[in-house]
Amino acid sequence: MTGPGSTVEPRGAARRLLAANAWLVYAFFYAPILVLIALSFNENRLVGVWRGFTFDWYGQMLSNGAVLRAIRNSLIVAAMSTVLATVLGTAAALSLERFRFRGRQAFDALLYLPVIVPDVTMAVMLLLFFVRAADAMFVVSGAQVRLGLTTITLSHVAFNISFVAIVVRARLAGMDPTLEEAAADLYASRWQAFRRVTLPQMAPGVLGGALLALTLSLDDVVITSFVSGPGSTTLPVYVFGLVRRGVTPLINAVSTAMLVASMVLVLASVLLQRRRELS
Amino acid sequence: MSQTLAPTPEPGAPQHDPDELEGRAADARSRRGAWIALPPAAYLVLLFALPLVIVLVYSFATRGTTGQTILSDWNLLSYRRLFDPLVREIALRSVGYALVTTGISLVLSYPFAYYIATRSPRVRNVLLVLVMVPFWSNFLVRTYAWRVLLSSSGPVSQLTELLGMGQTRLLFTTTAVVLGLVYGYMPFMILPLYAAIERIDLGLVEAARDLYASGTRAFWRVTWPLSRPGVIAGSILVFIPSLGAYVTPEILGGSKTTMLGSYIVRQFLSARDWPFGSALSFVVMALMLAATLIYFRTGGRTL
Repeated sequence: MTGPGSTVEPRGAARRLLAANAWLVYAFFYAPILVLIALSFNENRLVGVWRGFTFDWYGQMLSNGAVLRAIRNSLIVAAMSTVLATVLGTAAALSLERFRFRGRQAFDALLYLPVIVPDVTMAVMLLLFFVRAADAMFVVSGAQVRLGLTTITLSHVAFNISFVAIVVRARLAGMDPTLEEAAADLYASRWQAFRRVTLPQMAPGVLGGALLALTLSLDDVVITSFVSGPGSTTLPVYVFGLVRRGVTPLINAVSTAMLVASMVLVLASVLLQRRRELS
Repeated sequence: MSQTLAPTPEPGAPQHDPDELEGRAADARSRRGAWIALPPAAYLVLLFALPLVIVLVYSFATRGTTGQTILSDWNLLSYRRLFDPLVREIALRSVGYALVTTGISLVLSYPFAYYIATRSPRVRNVLLVLVMVPFWSNFLVRTYAWRVLLSSSGPVSQLTELLGMGQTRLLFTTTAVVLGLVYGYMPFMILPLYAAIERIDLGLVEAARDLYASGTRAFWRVTWPLSRPGVIAGSILVFIPSLGAYVTPEILGGSKTTMLGSYIVRQFLSARDWPFGSALSFVVMALMLAATLIYFRTGGRTL
C-alpha cells in the first residue's frame, strides 16, 4: 500500500523533502555526540582544535580520585535504588492491573504525580522533607541524619517507582488473563500460578522497567544535587559542577565514557527484547 | 453475572448462596490487592505526598534575616512576590522558550515521524531504535556536547569562519538554550506523533485522492486531523519539561537567559529564601498539572 505506485506516498519534491528532513534530523541527533567522542581523543588542551590522537585524558580520568569516587557512588545508588524501585513499582503495577480495592483510584493518581512534577520541584520537596525528618529524628532519638548516599537512594526510588509501574502495567495490560485463570482452574495455588504463569510473562516488562530506572538514576542531576552531602557526589553531579566552569578534555573523556556505558545498556535491552520475541 | 441472571437453584444443588460466596471471594481478593499496593503506596505517601505538603507549608512561611525559615508566622508574602517584575520576566521568558521549543520540535518531528511511519515495518523499527539511542544516553552529556560545539573556538565557530562568515558567538544566548531544549526533548514529540500517524488508515487518504483531492488537501483534511492526538500529546510532553528546564539553561545559557528552574534552585542554594523558592516551585508544579489534565482531557494516553 505504501509502494511507489500508491497515491498515499508523496511523490516528487515532497518525497525528497521528507527524506532530506529525516537525514537532517538524524544528523542533528548524532553529530554533537560524534564530535564529542572524537574530541575526547584530541591531544590538544584547547578542545576545539585538533592536534593528534591520544588516550591521555582517559588515563587522567582513571587516576583521578574524585572521578572514581563519584563513579562508585553513582553505581551504589543506581544498584540499590533500581532494585527497590523495581520491587515496589512491580507491586504497584500488579495491584492496579489485577485487583480492585478501596483507595485504588487515589493510589493510581498518586502514582502518576511523580512523573509529571518537574525535577526542580521534586528536588525542593525532598530536600525540605529530609531537613524536617532529620530535625524530627534528632528530637526523638538524638540521632544525626545527614544528607548522603542513603538520602540520594531514597529520592531516586521515590521518582522511579512510578516509571517502573508504568512500564510493567503496559506489559500486564497486554497479557492474556485467561492463562492465569486456566492455571487456577487446574488447581494451581495462587503462588504457583503467579510464579509459573504471571511472572515469566511479565518478566520483560519488569526488566524494561528496571533498565529505565537504572538509566534515570544514572542520569539524575537536579534531585541528587539537592539531597547529597559532602562526599556523596555522584558522577553526573560531579560532571555538572565541572561543566559549569567550562570545557576541558577531562570532561570530554568522562562524558564519552558515560555515553558509551548508556549506549551499551540500551543496545543490551534491545537485543534482549529481540531474543525474547524470537524464542 | 449471577446478580443479573439470577438462575433458579436446581434441586439438589449445594445450599450456599452463590452471591454470598462470590462476595466473600471478592472481599478476600480486594484485601489481597490492598496488601500488595500497601508498600509502594506507603512509600509514595511518605516520600512524595508528605514532602509536597511540607513545600506548601514552607511557601506560607517567612524568611528570617539570616536566611533561616520562620514557620510560626503564616502569610502570603512569597506569593505576592510572584508578581515582581523580575519574576514575571523570568516566567514569561520560560514560557516563551518552552513554546518556541515546542513549535520547532513539532515542525521538525511531524515530517520526520511521517517519513518513519510510511517505511516498511523492518526499516521502521531500525529507524525508531536510531531515535531512541541518543535519547537514552545521559541528558547532561548530550547538553554538554552542544557546549563543546558552540564554544568560541569550537567546531561550529571554526566552520563559519572557514566559510568566511566570521566567528559565531552562540553560546550563552537564547538560541543556544532553545537549541539545547529542542535537542533534549524532541524525541518526546517524535514518538507520540509516530504512534498517531502509524495508526491512520492509509486507505482513507487513498479514498480522498481517488475523489480528486489534491495531495495537500488530502493531508490537511484527512491525515492532519487524524494525527492531532499525537500532535497534542507530543506538544505537552515537550512543553512541560522545557518549562521546568534547569540543566540546559545552566550549561548553555547566560545571565540573560535565566529560566524558572534555575531561579528556583538559586532560592535554595544561594539566596537561602526557602519560602519564596517553595512558593515558586509549587506554582510551577500546579501549571504543569493543569497542562497534563488538559492532555488527558483531550484523550491522551501515552505517557
